[in-house]
Amino acid sequence: MRKFATCLLAMSLLPLAALAGESTAAGPAAGEEQKPAEWDSWHARNSLGDLSSLQRGARNFMNYCNGCHAIKYMRYQRMADDLKIPTSVLEKDLVAPGSQPLDYITTSLPPDDAVNWFGKMPPDLSLITRYKGVDYVYQFLKTFYADPASTTGTNNLALPGAAMPAVLSDLSGVNQAVFKQVKDGSKEFDHFEPLVTGSMTAAEYDQFVRDTVNFLDYVGEPTQLQRQFIGIWVVLFLVLLTWLSLLLKNEYWKDLH
Amino acid sequence: MANDAYPAKPGIWGWINRRLPVDAFMRSQVLEYYAPKNFNFWYFFGSLAMLVLVMQLVTGIFLAMFYKVGENTSFDSVEFIMREVNFGWLLRYLHSTGASAFFLVIYLHMFRGIMYGSYKAPRELLWLFGMIIYLALMAEAFLGYVLPWGNMSFWAATVIINLFGAVPVVGPALVEWIRGDYGIADATLNRFFSLHVVALPLLLLLLVALHLVALHEVGSNNPDGVEIKDKKNAQGIPLDGIPFHPYYTVKDLFGTGVFLTLFSIVVFFTPTFGDLFLEKANFEPADPLSTPDPISPSWYFTPYYAILRSFPDKGAGAVAVLIAVSAFFFLPWLDRSPVKSIRYRGWIYKTFLTLFVLSFLGLMYLGLQPAQGIYVMLSRICCVPYFAFFILMPLYSRWDPVKPVPERVTFHA
Repeated sequence: MRKFATCLLAMSLLPLAALAGESTAAGPAAGEEQKPAEWDSWHARNSLGDLSSLQRGARNFMNYCNGCHAIKYMRYQRMADDLKIPTSVLEKDLVAPGSQPLDYITTSLPPDDAVNWFGKMPPDLSLITRYKGVDYVYQFLKTFYADPASTTGTNNLALPGAAMPAVLSDLSGVNQAVFKQVKDGSKEFDHFEPLVTGSMTAAEYDQFVRDTVNFLDYVGEPTQLQRQFIGIWVVLFLVLLTWLSLLLKNEYWKDLH
Repeated sequence: MANDAYPAKPGIWGWINRRLPVDAFMRSQVLEYYAPKNFNFWYFFGSLAMLVLVMQLVTGIFLAMFYKVGENTSFDSVEFIMREVNFGWLLRYLHSTGASAFFLVIYLHMFRGIMYGSYKAPRELLWLFGMIIYLALMAEAFLGYVLPWGNMSFWAATVIINLFGAVPVVGPALVEWIRGDYGIADATLNRFFSLHVVALPLLLLLLVALHLVALHEVGSNNPDGVEIKDKKNAQGIPLDGIPFHPYYTVKDLFGTGVFLTLFSIVVFFTPTFGDLFLEKANFEPADPLSTPDPISPSWYFTPYYAILRSFPDKGAGAVAVLIAVSAFFFLPWLDRSPVKSIRYRGWIYKTFLTLFVLSFLGLMYLGLQPAQGIYVMLSRICCVPYFAFFILMPLYSRWDPVKPVPERVTFHA
């Protein structure tokens, strides 16, 4: 039983280790190299513990995404409270004209126009990271390429035939996708070649995308950090209680033969 | 209710006891209810199942205060609970993790019963009540899974309800009657909510009460499969029995602590449990025009789902699932072995049981995979030991070279 109690204590410390791992700054792991042909295994490696990354992500979302995409389950005020955004900044730069801080973050894009322009209403992004995963959103934002055959002029590796135009191309530049012929006659993506350079370097754009994904990860479940913080105390309390109950049980049972 | 050994107490407590047998009940069911002293690890799961049941009821009551049933409101109200209700996320995760924990605990509880032959005489009714609880629990879990009205909720409901279409003659009419509409819709969602929060919880509580009454009538089995009531002292107390309180209350308190610690690690640090306890596809609202790929039920149903998909014909698959679930009911009469516990059974039984457990776990894994190629083939292979365990039991349990059973339980202080 003693061995068991030690085991339990060790297990309860696991989440602590996981948290420690998570609190490192967002960014690619040291020595990680992204191979273009393996774009579908790129990881977002975002970190919810990185507050400035979340703040930058919120700014990115409001400036570049919110024109078309809502996050309808999220209130401006909640976001500001959680991400420690000062009220003055919130009201001046982030709350959409005509909205109040306690309103939900909707979009001003009229649905009829959206259907006219894109064929469908751009999806609400409140839960995108929960049902598609952070890696998918990261890959999606990093794999637009020029495609004259498509109506938007661009296409996407993660979502072929995407109705969304490459709205971030001012920042990222425009890439041309180079495909190679595979034996069975089909084409397989090989690498990107820059066609037009953007205002950001590759590293800056990568950070931009990570921050945005990080923010969407937060929006998907705003209570995540609170949950883990409370969890540590709950688990420590339960380990103590379990240990005491083991001592109590042994005390009662020692008379049995 | 008082007798010579227990003189009536004075005061209010005595007044109550002359009208309601509180003390007598506590004596007969707890303080002087004798349980075998050799319970091991496997005997924690009965009390843990009770704990999880109570937890599901309590969190369910609070969730129902904020959940708004309806095809246009269900999904939004769940997100409202997750974001805007104070500790709503905790209520929801306790409830969703609790559903999985319930099945984990129940499967281990059932395995204990099988391993130690607890279903054998005189505990056949106890086993049957337990099996009905298992069925009711499956219904409860399925209904609850539909309520968040995510896309997997919708499609799981579609697949499962369509199974009733395999019933001869009345199948299509039956499916329509269950749905209350021509498709899975608002009417279906509303009735599922009613059944999930009223009908089935009441049924579960009634069944658990019957399960406990039957248990206390015959007394617990134990890892040796020895009847402790066969050897009593002069006062009529079983020699190998110990009072449930305090011995097993303190022991179960420890088990509860271990369980809650592990449970909390899941709730607070990995509530989706890698897509097993809460699936990604269910964070997308129900959409009749977009089918998730692949459609898979929750992990606790996947053994049966894999069996269903092993058959090319839907009707045959549905019948196979029916047999796979109901076979457990017949265990008390399929088992012809003179001994109860696996400790005194021979290699034949142990081989069959091991293969059964491996096939059950294998089917559980395969049910989570897409229904194609090697996975279907492996499911079919796993079906063989699964069904052989039950169908051949009357034979192999008789041929099994059993060992002599001791007079008293084995107990090391």
